[in-house]
Amino acid sequence: MSILINKDTKVITQGITGKTALFHAKGALDYGTQMVGGTSPGKGGTTVDIALENGTTASLPVFNTVSEAVAATGATASVIYVPPAFAADAILEAVDAQLDLVICITEGIPVLDMVKVSRYMEGKKTRLIGPNCPGVITPDECKIGIMPGYIHTKGHVGVVSRSGTLTYEAVHQLSTRGIGQSSAVGIGGDPVKGTEFIDVLSMFNEDPETYAVIMIGEIGGTAEEEAAEWIKANMKKPVVGFIGGATAPEGKRMGHAGAIISGGKGTAAEKIKTLEACGIKVAPTPSEMGSTLVSVLEEQGLLEKCITRK
Amino acid sequence: MNIHEYQGKEVLKQYGVSVPEGKVAFTVDEAVEAAKSLGTSVIVVKAQIHAGGRGKAGGVKVAKNLDEVKAYASEILGKTLVTHQTGPEGKEVKRLLIEQGCDIKKEYYVGVVVDRGTGRVVLMASEEGGTEIEEVAAHSPEKIFKEVVDPAIGLQPFQAKRLAFNINIPKELVNKAASFMIALYTAFVDKDCSIAEINPLVVTGDGNVMALDAKLNFDSNALFRHPEILALRDLEEEDEKEIQASKFDLSYIALDGNIGCMVNGAGLAMATMDIIKYYGGDPANFLDVGGGATKEKVTEAFKIILSDEQVKGIFVNIFGGIMRCDVIAEGVIAAAKELGLDRPLVVRLEGTNVEIGKKMLNESGLNIVAADSMADGAQKIVALVK
Repeated sequence: MSILINKDTKVITQGITGKTALFHAKGALDYGTQMVGGTSPGKGGTTVDIALENGTTASLPVFNTVSEAVAATGATASVIYVPPAFAADAILEAVDAQLDLVICITEGIPVLDMVKVSRYMEGKKTRLIGPNCPGVITPDECKIGIMPGYIHTKGHVGVVSRSGTLTYEAVHQLSTRGIGQSSAVGIGGDPVKGTEFIDVLSMFNEDPETYAVIMIGEIGGTAEEEAAEWIKANMKKPVVGFIGGATAPEGKRMGHAGAIISGGKGTAAEKIKTLEACGIKVAPTPSEMGSTLVSVLEEQGLLEKCITRK
Repeated sequence: MNIHEYQGKEVLKQYGVSVPEGKVAFTVDEAVEAAKSLGTSVIVVKAQIHAGGRGKAGGVKVAKNLDEVKAYASEILGKTLVTHQTGPEGKEVKRLLIEQGCDIKKEYYVGVVVDRGTGRVVLMASEEGGTEIEEVAAHSPEKIFKEVVDPAIGLQPFQAKRLAFNINIPKELVNKAASFMIALYTAFVDKDCSIAEINPLVVTGDGNVMALDAKLNFDSNALFRHPEILALRDLEEEDEKEIQASKFDLSYIALDGNIGCMVNGAGLAMATMDIIKYYGGDPANFLDVGGGATKEKVTEAFKIILSDEQVKGIFVNIFGGIMRCDVIAEGVIAAAKELGLDRPLVVRLEGTNVEIGKKMLNESGLNIVAADSMADGAQKIVALVK
């Protein structure tokens, strides 16, 4: 088992004829993801041919609209790589087409566009991951997004993070220790987004194949604190944390639109304090995310069960 | 992106937000001319810098005649103001706002922000105007009132009035205050602001509700649809290296330390600063080269780091996912050769094509110290700059 996506998930790419979209559609196909088509307004009826690493060529149908693509392919998930000015509209189109899952990789969407999107999504069935995120991967089954697939190993540790490269760092530290992952979810670095830590934690909590979770947060907002309180009250599985940005100055946006300390709120120190108070062990440096998890797995007698690659 | 107070007031005025009459002045003569044309007996001379706390630092003066305007303008123009937001080096004043004085009865606070928790625009207001809202929040949070706005219908009159009543605006002025807030909200949404803060909002003796100060901050991701706002950018208020970096789509922030950092990914870049500090060093910058960095981008990033004289050593920390380690190595080698590497360089590479990347660095003949992990790299660079 896993969360959000698995080997049966059928995926379309919105804006599939773009360079970035094609590049990552190929990456997903090479990984074994069921990419079933894409959209590109005006290019409906054509196909894109993608030469794969195994020497074969995948031929994906292109549609003008998401609803056509869904009707023709039975896709339940989409991934969005369109430029920031058009990304909010792409999300709305996917929600309107009643997809189960939309993953928006695009970075730089105006925040007020996301305010409208989040309002529109209320009461709708679609779950949005991102924007400004690396995507979601269930190792050996399905990869939707820009993460390097080969660093992942199938297993029982869930990873959820606001940062892309820190997710890779954590996954790498796990895989090199033989500890596999059930799913890794990048929720993104924007202030207004589709899915928060608690949503993902709750899915990991219900997933029988996930035995423990790494949660990677950063400065800005209070999502980590809320997640910590939720974990204390609800989580049946051990969670290890890391918070980036302990040395970030106030009032400066550290790359991610959401990573900013303002009015003395959202500091790493405050977040780490809350996490620890809720019984979550926090890695002191980003190099120790893997070793911190190992120490907790050992304490709980879960280490053997979590080592999936000898 | 920040703009000056006088620019913010001009933007707000277009939406019907009431502000005192004023003019910008770049010289003492212009200041006196502006004061003459305003024609009021009391004139306020205000330093225009992108930082709060100007009043306390002596950047705001009330003049009772033109001689005083001249004296204050001469005093403030060219002066370096040090406030809690400028850093110890302060900021030099190059522009003044010359404004009509007004008869203040009481000061309030109104702010508009995007609230992450609700994913909505929120209006905040308080009776405690003039002081920093953070202080009010810390000491008397019950005095801050909020209204969450539904983006489908915008700020409604009943919400604006409720806010005005809650902060005890005199009841005969509640309608005026409500119109003020609705205009402020409209400006916020229309111009893609990230913060709009009116502190203080004042009620005047002649029954007006006005913005005495205006701090507008814009969502840089939305500037593509607001060329008129982008035109208000004052490059002199920004760090030169940050401007240079933004030209190449690099995310760079100058800090006070001596270890230059080059990293891919914002989260990893922040975490790299943290780990340097953890091992006793001090990062000189935050620098995210992004996911799709090219050789040229890496070279530019190096140039910017090396142009900082405080930098005594460089730590390159790359987790190559989509970005291949051999491309990074190529960029590092090219930059080091082009610029002449005169300071220690520690490189930690991980990810796609890492072995090729490491081999290229080893065979480059350059004095590059290889690191096996973030921790190893951080410890090595900290030792090298000591």
